[in-house]
Amino acid sequence: MSKGRKPPVNESRRKFLVRSMQAVGISILGGVVWGAFVKENTYDPLAIRPPGALPGDDFLKKCIKCGLCVEACANRPTVPYKNGKKMITLRLASPGDNKPLGTPYFIPRDVPCYMCEDIPCVVACPTGALEPDLVSSLVDGKKSLDINKARMGVAVIDHKNCIAFWGLQCDACYRACPLLDEAIYIVPSRNPRTGKHAFMVPQVDPDHCTGCGLCEHACVTEKAAIFVLPREVALGKAGKHYLKGWEEHQEINGYEPQEEKKEKGKSPESYLNSEDLLNE
Amino acid sequence: MSKEEKKGFLHYLYKHRFLMGRRLTQVSIMLLYIGGNIYGWNILKGNLSSSKLFDVIPLADPFAVLQMFFAGAIVAVDALIGAGIILLFYALIGGRAFCSWVCPMNMITDFANWLRVKTNIHREEWQLRITRKTRYLAIAMALTLSLILGMPAFEFVSPISILHRGLIFGMGLGWTMVLAIFLFDLFVIKNGWCGHVCPLGGFYSLVSKPSLIRVDYDYGKCTECMECVKICPESQVLHMVGKHSSLVSSGECINCGRCVEVCNDDAIYFSLRFLEKSKEAVSHEGK
Repeated sequence: MSKGRKPPVNESRRKFLVRSMQAVGISILGGVVWGAFVKENTYDPLAIRPPGALPGDDFLKKCIKCGLCVEACANRPTVPYKNGKKMITLRLASPGDNKPLGTPYFIPRDVPCYMCEDIPCVVACPTGALEPDLVSSLVDGKKSLDINKARMGVAVIDHKNCIAFWGLQCDACYRACPLLDEAIYIVPSRNPRTGKHAFMVPQVDPDHCTGCGLCEHACVTEKAAIFVLPREVALGKAGKHYLKGWEEHQEINGYEPQEEKKEKGKSPESYLNSEDLLNE
Repeated sequence: MSKEEKKGFLHYLYKHRFLMGRRLTQVSIMLLYIGGNIYGWNILKGNLSSSKLFDVIPLADPFAVLQMFFAGAIVAVDALIGAGIILLFYALIGGRAFCSWVCPMNMITDFANWLRVKTNIHREEWQLRITRKTRYLAIAMALTLSLILGMPAFEFVSPISILHRGLIFGMGLGWTMVLAIFLFDLFVIKNGWCGHVCPLGGFYSLVSKPSLIRVDYDYGKCTECMECVKICPESQVLHMVGKHSSLVSSGECINCGRCVEVCNDDAIYFSLRFLEKSKEAVSHEGK
């Protein structure tokens, strides 16, 4: 650079290089802001999704934000009315809702999922973000929609604020549950405070709970004492090394049967008689 | 001017026939979507990202599906067919007509542009200069971010989606984004959003180059008043005006027809690619 300036031919190259680097700079600046927004906006572990929604990020990958599920929900013939207003379950997140933009969700306390048997929202989805296979079961060898397979979330009970746990008579959630006695059941026990009354407390069985939120909607307390949370948030996981030895079918955890098969294939004799021993 | 005044209202309509056609199309499409949601009309359901036409034909935004592909999702066949239909329609027939005949953002930015010129805010030397190729950079960024984040990146920020979704399903705070685009186009850059930045417009620019419907320019009839270039929101596509006859072959032309309307010499008109009349007309030699 010190010895004489290059002829103007190089000016264009220099300009090109500078322009390129400007583009790189702008891209990175824009990309960081843009990417950070998308990352933040799509992080919502508490959103309750429509039935058949793919888990977590897979749903956000595939949802094209068209709102066809919302429209199917709003325009079904069975939509209930309250004070002359349609009770529409599904909403499409708009700016200000603090949900991933344009994606469908519902707030069970306001309007729960009414568990339509023909699941119009899932049928309407064009991309497979709401996957029919996740809400289908085999009936006579044919796949058919089964809303009871939905796992939108799981109901959780706040034992401190559920008035049934105080000994008061309330079974609003139990009565509201579409899988009554399966997803929510009543456990009676003696009330030692009075000595002559019973506690009739509700319990949720997560194996059957669909997360529709009809219980949360029906709960009589000021702020619902039973409420739906996403299953990944509300449920723990025992891990494969804890086995229910008293249960006959161990395929629940998929661990024991495989072990048995392996043992069958390799009896002590076959082990000794095979050449594997030499190879080891 | 006095000539035009004499010709009156009908002449005014004629001079804005495509503009009014576009507004009518844009508004009707949005009304059909809104009716589809509120009253359950079965004509157009969903929104511009993906919809059902007459409850049978799927339609989908090909750029959204492309981003999903980059995000690592293979979408269901409905959306793929829908994206294919839209892509083929604009690529083979309509050109970049989505931007001028369908997209509701076009009404916002056209209004900003009109106001900008009317109020004399527009001075070449006052506006921020960025290249119109920025939109291609935005496409590259959208696809790269989709790949990195595993999410269709533009779909989560698109002001177009925020607007049309908002009109159909409830706007929330989305109006702030629309206002931002309006002010950007009004004060910062003329045709800033649609003509410089929007990656969806960029996408359609790239794919709609081979389209059938094209604007054709006849140098022989041209009086070089340059009204067409002045009114064109993508004025670079009219580079041949005053030089030689040719089809407007750039994919960046949005087929809005403003140039056709303002021309008093019938020198610029809608045509079909294979009917390129201007070829037979005078070319480089001049008139």
